[in-house]
Amino acid sequence: MTRPESRLRFDTDWKYSAAPESTDHIRVDSQYELFIGGKFIAPGARQYFESINPASEKVLARVARADRGDVDRAVIAARRAYDRSWSKLRPAERGKYLYRIARMLQERAREFAAIESLDGGKPIRESRDVDVPLAAAHFFYYAGWADKLEYAFPGRRATPVGVAGQIIPWNFPLLMAAWKIAPALACGNTVVLKPAETTPLTALKLAELTRDVDLPPGVVNIITGAGDTGAALVEHADVDKIAFTGSTEVGKQILRRLAGSGKHYTLELGGKAANIVFADAAIDQAVEGIVNGIFFNQGHVCCAGSRLLVQESVADEVIAKLKERMATLIVGDPLDKNTDIGAINSAAQLEKIEQYLRIGQAEGGEMYQSPCSLPETGYWCRPTLFSGVAQSNRVVQEEIFGPVLAIQTFRSLEEALDKANNTPYGLSGGVWTDKGAKIFKMTRALRAGVIWANTFNKFDPSAPFGGYKESGMGREGGLHGLGAYVELH
Amino acid sequence: MSVVAISPPPLLPALDRVPRVDEVGVEERVARFCSRSIKKESKVQALKLALSMIDLTTLEGQDTHGKVTQLCQKAIHVHDALPGLPHVAAVCVYPTMVAVARQALCGHDIKIASVATAFPSGMAPLGVKLEETRLAVQEGADEVDMVISRGAFLEGDYGRVFDEIIAIKEACGPARLKVILETGELGTLDRVRRASTLAMHAGADFIKTSTGKIQPAATMPVTLVMLHAIRDYYHATGRRVGMKPAGGISRAKQAIQYLVMLRETLGEGWLTPQWFRFGASSLVNDILMQLEKQSTGAYQSADYFSKD
Repeated sequence: MTRPESRLRFDTDWKYSAAPESTDHIRVDSQYELFIGGKFIAPGARQYFESINPASEKVLARVARADRGDVDRAVIAARRAYDRSWSKLRPAERGKYLYRIARMLQERAREFAAIESLDGGKPIRESRDVDVPLAAAHFFYYAGWADKLEYAFPGRRATPVGVAGQIIPWNFPLLMAAWKIAPALACGNTVVLKPAETTPLTALKLAELTRDVDLPPGVVNIITGAGDTGAALVEHADVDKIAFTGSTEVGKQILRRLAGSGKHYTLELGGKAANIVFADAAIDQAVEGIVNGIFFNQGHVCCAGSRLLVQESVADEVIAKLKERMATLIVGDPLDKNTDIGAINSAAQLEKIEQYLRIGQAEGGEMYQSPCSLPETGYWCRPTLFSGVAQSNRVVQEEIFGPVLAIQTFRSLEEALDKANNTPYGLSGGVWTDKGAKIFKMTRALRAGVIWANTFNKFDPSAPFGGYKESGMGREGGLHGLGAYVELH
Repeated sequence: MSVVAISPPPLLPALDRVPRVDEVGVEERVARFCSRSIKKESKVQALKLALSMIDLTTLEGQDTHGKVTQLCQKAIHVHDALPGLPHVAAVCVYPTMVAVARQALCGHDIKIASVATAFPSGMAPLGVKLEETRLAVQEGADEVDMVISRGAFLEGDYGRVFDEIIAIKEACGPARLKVILETGELGTLDRVRRASTLAMHAGADFIKTSTGKIQPAATMPVTLVMLHAIRDYYHATGRRVGMKPAGGISRAKQAIQYLVMLRETLGEGWLTPQWFRFGASSLVNDILMQLEKQSTGAYQSADYFSKD
């Protein structure tokens, strides 16, 4: 398709100067305590862990490690706030607090965006244009529902569930906190939220923010720690509901622990989405969609379009154009405004991704990586394609959670559907075609919670999100997201 | 007896096989280009590059010898107060003004571009268009900016549009041919993409968005679609075709956004006035104002930049 003599050169004489986002305006303390009952308090065992910047491997802050006793304290604070104030507050007043959080997030957007990029490695362009605005949008959206629950569930009376234990992942730390906290509070619940071990800082900044907007103490409690902290929260007898977003493996452990407890739960787990490109698609825009589908947030996205299914008659063209487009992706300093792909979130995740690169090659896949240069320190992975792979290969079957795309071809619509659905996951999917009828046919038959047509990775607080099969249970976002935080009578 | 190699006439490309275009996706991609942060040295470099790519243009019924001569002075002395500036790429005038420009630009490496083919409507018989093209070239035009017959294109008579471009290209002789699609009259990005492919296969050296007489003139989405067409044609044939957005680009910031788009779509090979032009006139002074700002740290009044 591309003649070697007509290769385009993107190593141009005109280069973009460094354009780093300033960090003068942000404050990151050297040590963070647990946020319980409206105050930052030291953990009982006085144990701390370090949160590092994955782009520099430097320590950003020491963060408290909550043990069982600390979790208990947080749940007691949440219960007290639930009983004494929050569940008795007029719904419109709850809405006011949420609006206030939303507005304050917008006001401090630059600070939150910069910290999100420092702590998690994602490019500032994304934390500035996606994570923080969407987090604020979720608070605005659910603020509006707070005093309208009778319209959300017509003919029924909705009451809060009680104390919600919420465990969130490291890929969208602030946004996931917003997804969890906003609907819970709108419905009259109080929460104990545990951010991921590698990315606790924006949740702790959000804790400061809830204090600044005078949210009653104990309504939002933030406890930091690793897996055992999360397990203690899941097992706590006075928690009424568990909301978890993370890996399918941990989701299964949580579900086992919850069995017979009577607790409500929603689980938003892994995915291995098929992004399906038909021959009649707008090819150049589909290529852009493939890039956004798999390289957005370094591929650390549960709904990433990590399996490309491309119709055989255009496969060579699509792959050639994809490689050409990858040559222009800028990988590097997450705080540079021109960076397209930032740092891999942690050393452990990088190791996992690299293991899959070895597996993919050992399985006989043809690996292609974009020719970009990488910084010396930090955790980095070049945008990667595997072509010549099949349903039988692990890089096609398993969630890699990195910038690695597996490419397969198909001949007919039926074959595309078969392959797309032939997975234990079912979180998301993409369809690219110029034909409306084909879109409807595909979206009806694809077994996935979210399906995008001629676009990918679009999020809105009004749209429910969640998976089929091993991708989870329950829905978050939109009207459906309220259902997870109410008892209906 | 000598043997003359006759190259076969170009064939109308299969336009139904030209890739479709999704407008929403194009706009999203453009927004990404516009969010690039171009500062410091890279900004100065981009501003100078943009300046060197400008076709300084006057295309009005009221154009006179005086007006054209003064415009040529601007092309030569764009802003002598700031040393080290490139000159603009060309001046662009009506055919009757080519001789005037020729004389005014004598001894300077600034090209003369002439519109032709019953610009801007193109509503004239082919014979008249050919005659006008030959005249412009005889008078000294280095480049000819023709318009396609939009009416024929919208009627679906692609063959006529195609054959006309081939004929005009032949009439151009050594002059480079820019083919104006007048995208504001084509209506959809799908048609822009097809017209681009058609024009390149017919022999266009450049494809150009607009006459500047119709709104909307150049836009980034339209230009991106044309750049994609140029890229695909280059991969298929190995022949480079240039791009000229014209009309509506009056700010330096816009020009930089176009260059970002060009850099990330076609790369190094097109980052030169040989293969990319801006059809504009007021853009020059905004670029100069920005360059002064970069060198002195302060914006200067518009009165410090010559208007011709």
